[in-house]
Amino acid sequence: MHEMSLCQGILDIIEERAAADGFSRVTKVRLSIGALSHVDPKAISFGFDVVTRDTIAEGAVLEIDQPPGQAFCMACSSTVTIPARGQPCPTCGSHQLMVVGGDELRVDELEVS
Amino acid sequence: MCTVCGCGPGETRIEGSNDHAGHEHQHEHEHTGPDGKVTRHSHHHHGHDHHGHDHGHEIQPSRLIKVEQDILAKNNRFAAVNRQLFAASNTLTLNLMSSPGSGKTTLLVRTLTDLRDTKPMAVIEGDQQTNFDAERIRATGVPAIQVNTGKGCHLDAQMVTQALGVQPAPRDGVLFIENVGNLVCPAGFDLGEAKRVVVISVTEGEDKPLKYPDMFATADLMIVNKIDLLPHLSFDLPRLIEGARQVKPGLEVIELSSTTGTGLDRWYGWLGSHQPLA
Repeated sequence: MHEMSLCQGILDIIEERAAADGFSRVTKVRLSIGALSHVDPKAISFGFDVVTRDTIAEGAVLEIDQPPGQAFCMACSSTVTIPARGQPCPTCGSHQLMVVGGDELRVDELEVS
Repeated sequence: MCTVCGCGPGETRIEGSNDHAGHEHQHEHEHTGPDGKVTRHSHHHHGHDHHGHDHGHEIQPSRLIKVEQDILAKNNRFAAVNRQLFAASNTLTLNLMSSPGSGKTTLLVRTLTDLRDTKPMAVIEGDQQTNFDAERIRATGVPAIQVNTGKGCHLDAQMVTQALGVQPAPRDGVLFIENVGNLVCPAGFDLGEAKRVVVISVTEGEDKPLKYPDMFATADLMIVNKIDLLPHLSFDLPRLIEGARQVKPGLEVIELSSTTGTGLDRWYGWLGSHQPLA
């Protein structure tokens, strides 16, 4: 379950910001986890609670935004929304797709005190 | 992760490197209170047991901080370091990934045996436990270092950086990184490699590219191994390739058998046709 090491990465980012911005408590963490990223948001929620125990982010609310998968279809020259990798273009059925969005894994914002 | 020495949580062990389990860390830092008063103190941590602590600060109103930082930023920084090291030694580095049992190590042993007199080569072996694979590699006369990830399910870029500290990348040669056998987790972690090679054997299901699309979407080459067994199986090879190219349009495919040697010439040709990243 690589989500655990990603949660450690989220905590590293929080602790770096805490050192830079001088806060000592995180009450909310907003993430973007794209539909085409290699990550299961449920596993992130579980891992986050485990990894943040006894840290400044313990008990913080996790809000996960899930941007939809976006791909450019080379066959019909348009940007389309796809639910998963390997799915065809919903307009023309082609698989000649290049993912252009919805694969992000990002810490967007922290609510701190 | 410990920011002092860079050793991570969990149980990663790298052959030949120092044991990071028991050393002591001191973190000195300061806090500014709401009244502007600066408090400075330090904590001792032993054996990386980072306990929580209460500073007794007054409650402050909450505020929002924009971060917009990639969760994999730290991994990507180590990957960039590895890439610089590979460029400096002019090493072509390949990240080999597959399910357990696809024959990655057997393919490597055969490759190293056939090519060891033509170019410098070395191997970084990732497994949860044991040095079995590194020992198999070293029996060919090619240097190998084992990284045990403990409970970890993939290699990350920092493990590779640490391994390179013990066994530098072969100058003007090829470094093979054999990732932990796992068709899911390694896909997300850039190790600083030039190319990614996914190995699948015909004793697995032909629908794997569609079941595990992240791995195939990030691959530069798919090696279909154990094709000498095809007469005994009902494996649908065209369907495998079609599924892989649905996930990664234009994906290169090489069919081979490490046992009989069929198709190895194409694999060696592919290896010879790729240059290290500048």
